[in-house]
Amino acid sequence: MAPTPATPQRPETPGAGAAAVADPVLEARSVSKRFPGVVALDDVSFDLRAGEVHALVGENGAGKSTLIKVLTGVYRSDEGEVRVSGEPVRFARPFEAQQAGISTIYQEVNLVPLMSVARNIFLGREPKNRFGLIDFARMNRETTELLDGFGVRVDPKRPLHTLGIGTQQMVALARAVSVRAQVVIMDEPTSSLEPREVETLFRVIENLRGQGIAVLYVSHRMDELYRICDRVTVLRDGRHIHTGELAPLERMQLVSMMLGRDMAEVRRDGLTGFAAEGHDAARTPVLTATGLDRRHQLHDISVELYAGEVLGLGGLLGSGRSETAKALTGALPLDGGEITVDGKRLGRPTPAAAIRAGISMLPEDRKAEGIVPGLSVRENIVLAAMPRLSRGGIVSRAQQDRVVDIFMKRLRIKASSPEQKVGELSGGNQQKVLLARWLCLEPKVLLLDEPTRGIDVGAKAEVQSLIDELAREGLAVLLISSDIEELIEGADRIVVLRGGAVAGELAGDEVDESRLLEVLADHTPGAVPADHTPDTVLADHTPDSGGKAPAAQEDPR
Amino acid sequence: MTTQATLPRPAAKPLARLRDPAWYQEYGVYAAVAVVLLFNALFTEHFMTADNLRTQLVQVAPIVIVALGMALVIGTEGIDLSVGSTMALAAALLPLYLGYGLVPALLIALLAGAVVGAINGTLVSLVGLQPIVATLALFVGGRGLALVMADGQLKQIVNPDILALGTGSFLGIPTVVLIAGVLALAVAFLVQRTTFGRQIVAIGGNRSASALSGLPVKRVLIGVYILCGVMAALAGILATARLTASDPSSLGTLMELSAITAVVVGGTPLNGGSIRVLGTVAGALLMQLLRATLVKHDLPDSTAQIAQAAIIIAAVYVARERRSR
Repeated sequence: MAPTPATPQRPETPGAGAAAVADPVLEARSVSKRFPGVVALDDVSFDLRAGEVHALVGENGAGKSTLIKVLTGVYRSDEGEVRVSGEPVRFARPFEAQQAGISTIYQEVNLVPLMSVARNIFLGREPKNRFGLIDFARMNRETTELLDGFGVRVDPKRPLHTLGIGTQQMVALARAVSVRAQVVIMDEPTSSLEPREVETLFRVIENLRGQGIAVLYVSHRMDELYRICDRVTVLRDGRHIHTGELAPLERMQLVSMMLGRDMAEVRRDGLTGFAAEGHDAARTPVLTATGLDRRHQLHDISVELYAGEVLGLGGLLGSGRSETAKALTGALPLDGGEITVDGKRLGRPTPAAAIRAGISMLPEDRKAEGIVPGLSVRENIVLAAMPRLSRGGIVSRAQQDRVVDIFMKRLRIKASSPEQKVGELSGGNQQKVLLARWLCLEPKVLLLDEPTRGIDVGAKAEVQSLIDELAREGLAVLLISSDIEELIEGADRIVVLRGGAVAGELAGDEVDESRLLEVLADHTPGAVPADHTPDTVLADHTPDSGGKAPAAQEDPR
Repeated sequence: MTTQATLPRPAAKPLARLRDPAWYQEYGVYAAVAVVLLFNALFTEHFMTADNLRTQLVQVAPIVIVALGMALVIGTEGIDLSVGSTMALAAALLPLYLGYGLVPALLIALLAGAVVGAINGTLVSLVGLQPIVATLALFVGGRGLALVMADGQLKQIVNPDILALGTGSFLGIPTVVLIAGVLALAVAFLVQRTTFGRQIVAIGGNRSASALSGLPVKRVLIGVYILCGVMAALAGILATARLTASDPSSLGTLMELSAITAVVVGGTPLNGGSIRVLGTVAGALLMQLLRATLVKHDLPDSTAQIAQAAIIIAAVYVARERRSR
């Protein structure tokens, strides 16, 4: 490795220096890939050396996913070739890429939800006993050992879907690493991990680097890239823009290469799209929630939301942030509590009632709970507003088109036409479509659950400045984000949750990173339920399991 | 009729289009109907005559009606196996209430379809059973009930009004065909232009997103199954009228499979989120014409079944290609 000022957090591994000179383990040469109407990759060359952690960055639609899919045999390139250890290869199927030692962890967990953890890890290569049957004892034992190395302690016999999403991601990671891989490709591996799990992941990556395994790391999080990556490749609009050492590259420079924007412009706008000053909040709350309670998930949560402010909802994974948002929109049945909007009490909260009362929620999981992939951009935008945009049960195209046109322009949704299917859009544009769906209801309260997760830098800044603008216009915004930077710069006030209960609130000058981390770290797990003696009546019969992802058994579906 | 409005497809060369699997899902079924008709025009005597075509249309009409309801259910990612039994139930009720006059008897029979649909819909949406299991219950139970009500007997129907439904015609078009045609247009309008129709498609495309968007998911699902049940009952009435007898033991047997076939061959994906009404009509027509063609060429029914199987596989294959992009 070149004698560059290494980032202080990362100790130089002795193996990495020697490995860097070696032949690339994986290489793409002048790869092009076209889809009908789009050039996804245009003459892209790129190499991955043994023992390096290589960042692959770019906006959505830059071609990262396509490049990964070409490298892993999901797609075949139209031109150019892929080489493994200098030998040209042509993978017909992803399986062949795996055989060649290329292992991939996708952004969405790609495992079998109903199978046990152990079966998932050993899927397709189960250990056999002498009768040729699956050796479950050995499989479970090895799974436990393997996961121990990742700091995950679960019963290997448990069905995967009963685990939290973060733990599932760790299982996927364990699976990818445990097949003898030369190259591990990680597509946004941290997007659903909590900080502690991210640390574990980074330890694993260090470990891989030490073993001379090449890691291709795709992420939108700058901090992570600078912490663990050696080199970086930037793609933009399907073209290769830059490959080089990451450490000497200034953050601003990197962002400007990704965006293709002027450095000065990026600097002026800051890294997030939020304006520096706060908002003037109103005196009386628009939304008041008191004593929200749901067994095992929420304990006596009370929140007040004022017009014209952005209230941040902080907390670690499983702290009840999304559950709180869902409870406020009536999507999560409550055991107790009361929700009032503009002084009017929501009788029996259902999504329809909440929408009528002026509450809109952008759900966390864009794919599963947001878009209807087969429908057009237009129909996705008007989905919730359809009854209002029709007369006598008959849809009015003219009214729809008017609304759709306004929001496509305002949110700068990039689609070939309003009739393009939403499933064909990039993540950032899908998110904008969903925002449009909720904004066209003209809500009073907007709940945003991870609004910028998994979308590119450009769209992220746009969404952030939109949130700013909406609050300025008098909307009450609740912002949930795992991105601490986003939470602190975006929110005027932060309510921190822990174990399904309110752990503290930061307002005014207290809203900064160190204070937030303090509150997050203040309580020890398990301490919270004990504080809430009134709840023990409800929780009497079943012992509280400590509250980490207990949702699965509760829900009948 | 697709649920997606027509995408501005680049005007490619006609030959290149034939290699695009999306084209086949979109237009394949119409092309196949055209090919079968063309074949018969050239090689089958007395096929392209008004008489024969009318017979074919009359025979396919009940299937089309049932398939229209089925298409709606399949659009929600569901399936209704009970349609054949619902037909039998309607057929069994018809002679029992004819004493009160034509209209009450028809209404009772249609109401039975609505009740069956409501039960299916409730089991699916409120109880949360899988559609295939929920409707299996009435697939079995419905015919049993019909046989109990009819004492397991075939009953002649002599009411001239009912018989007119089966054999009458208006402007030279048989009444059954007319009813099927009007229903097809009505369902197409429902799917394309009404909030209810668009909500069906949205719920089929992504149930939880629809629920979070405040759509009345349960109400829509129950409504869809009721519509399907009513249409099956109507098909049962019309089939009975043509038969001039109520025969609950055999009427509508295997109808669920014919209907599902028509829907799938018509290009509606089984995993919901899209309903092709015109395609469904063409799908039913294709299967009917195919069978008729083979029969006219003195091939045994078993051959027709094999040919139908091949078409189903082709339809499913084309749909698969489309999805994996």
